[in-house]
Amino acid sequence: MSDAVITYSRPPHPRERRLIFRNVDRIGWTNDIDCYLADGGYVDLRKAIAMKPQEIVAEVKTSGLRGRGGAGFPCGVKWGFIKPDEKKPVYLICNADESEPGTFKDRYIIHQDPHQLIEGMIISCYAVNARLAYLYIRGEFPEGARILERALAEARQHGFLGKNILGSGFDCEIHVHRGAGAYICGEETGLIESLEGKRAYPRIKPPYFPAVLGLYQSPTIVNNVETLCHVKHIVRMGGAEYAKIGKPNNTGTRILCVSGDVQRPGYYEVELGSLTMHEVLQDLCGGMKPGRTLKAIIPGGSSAKVLRADERYKLKEKQADGTLADREIGIGDIVMDFDTLAAVGSMAGSGGVIVMDDSRDMVWTLNNINEFYAHESCGQCTPCREGSLWMKKLTDRILAGGGVDGDPDTLKNVADNIAGKTICAFGEACSWPTQSFVLKFRDEFTARSTKAIPAATSPEYLAESLVADKAPEPRYGTPEPLP
Amino acid sequence: MEIPADFQAQIDEAISHYPVSKRSAALPLLHLFQEHFGFISDESIHWIAAKLDLQPIHILELVTFYPMFRREPAGRHHIRVCRTLSCAMAGSYELKRAFCTSVGIDPHVVDHPHTGGGPHIHTSPDGKFSIEFVECLASCGSGPVCMINDDFHENVQPQRLPELLGRYV
Repeated sequence: MSDAVITYSRPPHPRERRLIFRNVDRIGWTNDIDCYLADGGYVDLRKAIAMKPQEIVAEVKTSGLRGRGGAGFPCGVKWGFIKPDEKKPVYLICNADESEPGTFKDRYIIHQDPHQLIEGMIISCYAVNARLAYLYIRGEFPEGARILERALAEARQHGFLGKNILGSGFDCEIHVHRGAGAYICGEETGLIESLEGKRAYPRIKPPYFPAVLGLYQSPTIVNNVETLCHVKHIVRMGGAEYAKIGKPNNTGTRILCVSGDVQRPGYYEVELGSLTMHEVLQDLCGGMKPGRTLKAIIPGGSSAKVLRADERYKLKEKQADGTLADREIGIGDIVMDFDTLAAVGSMAGSGGVIVMDDSRDMVWTLNNINEFYAHESCGQCTPCREGSLWMKKLTDRILAGGGVDGDPDTLKNVADNIAGKTICAFGEACSWPTQSFVLKFRDEFTARSTKAIPAATSPEYLAESLVADKAPEPRYGTPEPLP
Repeated sequence: MEIPADFQAQIDEAISHYPVSKRSAALPLLHLFQEHFGFISDESIHWIAAKLDLQPIHILELVTFYPMFRREPAGRHHIRVCRTLSCAMAGSYELKRAFCTSVGIDPHVVDHPHTGGGPHIHTSPDGKFSIEFVECLASCGSGPVCMINDDFHENVQPQRLPELLGRYV
């Protein structure tokens, strides 16, 4: 079926480019395998199985695909860590634990187009020679888990999964594994621990990549749902052709999940780097709500650093003659790709854009984010376990009108002592919001932190009182001598 | 504790998904037990531990770590309202309060579910509904959102509640 005849119940914006979301909201589309097969489904799997695994890895490397989960790590490089002559079994895990606040793309892929994900997963398994794969889906998607179970059973019936896939001699099995509401399971080593039936405590690095030591101490590839879907399209188009979408080093499409104070929140799949922040807000999302102006944007999920509407950013830009020149831009000119968002001091993260207008109280906003992280810290590292709760208690107190002079500095101090001092990136994730909110909206925090610092209470014992000859009377009196 | 044959079959099927390590089946089994019995009892913990050749503490530590597992029964219909930023901006605190008043739960007890101790889940006096204020349900573009049992509902404005709750009798 050609794209021209596709009609949608919620039509894509003309500036969108639908690759992964091609079938989302499509009229007449269902998530069963017959519909998928009639639309050319599993053709790419046939093509992939005819290729050598190494060729697929090479195509993915050529495509420049970067992971869509948050860190933006090149997928082909990650796959390349698996040795072709690996003796241990290799596992592949699909990270469908979508739980970064502001992100909601995986829900639609799983609910409306599960076979696209499964096809991408089987191709990826073949490429890295994984015979057993797990699809780790967050516990809050019970319906999604059922849809995937059914889709996997259908794929098994059609010979796309199981023993001797399509007569190639390649065996592969995929199982759905449900999480149970813990955000930390999105961290790949935490996810692996969880999949091993333990608490999701992220593992100490090195090894930096589960591709070296992962599930059951074997090489393991962990990829995001969206990343695995892209693999299918890379096989179909070829890596070089795929790399033409987007910009160099920021190839392919990206699903932006916009939420907050805009006219049309929702999901928009765009070519990476084809739109600026202004175009995303004005063209795709229809601008701010009536009578409101933009105040702040969190561009890549709640852990990304916040951007203030009136900030100016200095970017180093390559000129035609190869030299670097400074260019100053405003928030509206920020190009929505991995590199530009990193250059302005934030990150593209998971693609969740949260927009706040001038009616929003930044102390309240940060308090809400802090409550999330205080709840979700796994508790393994002291700076994060204690610090995330301290930050939440501090913003609670400011919000309740009890903020004391110096609270903004205390907040910053606590946050500064978490980042970089923990086993996993959750430390950064929970301190970046506090650091950036306090830095960029300092006046809102100081205006409500005006109470005097209470005088220190006297200690229970003074140092001198602990010296033997001045020791206080034992609290329960002198014990009677034994008869 | 009675384990019916079909439930036993589900358990064995779940364990068969993990040929390398039975321990991996701990989470799937906990889900099955919670769906079957409504909550995770001490008895269930001991049963699962014995089944997977583990110590009971290995199961208990999961129940206390993962927020979705509960040690006490919830109401007949369990409501989860999303608390996190985008939904809160769209009015999830108001929604949660409206849910509480509609089903007869003191709205203030659920305000800060994650700090200060106390139960996370509050049940209405008639035991029909229970409510929990949870973190991000991953549908930020259509907030406020909630789940009632396994059903997901988006753009839930408080005026929709009578109709919505009427579906669960």
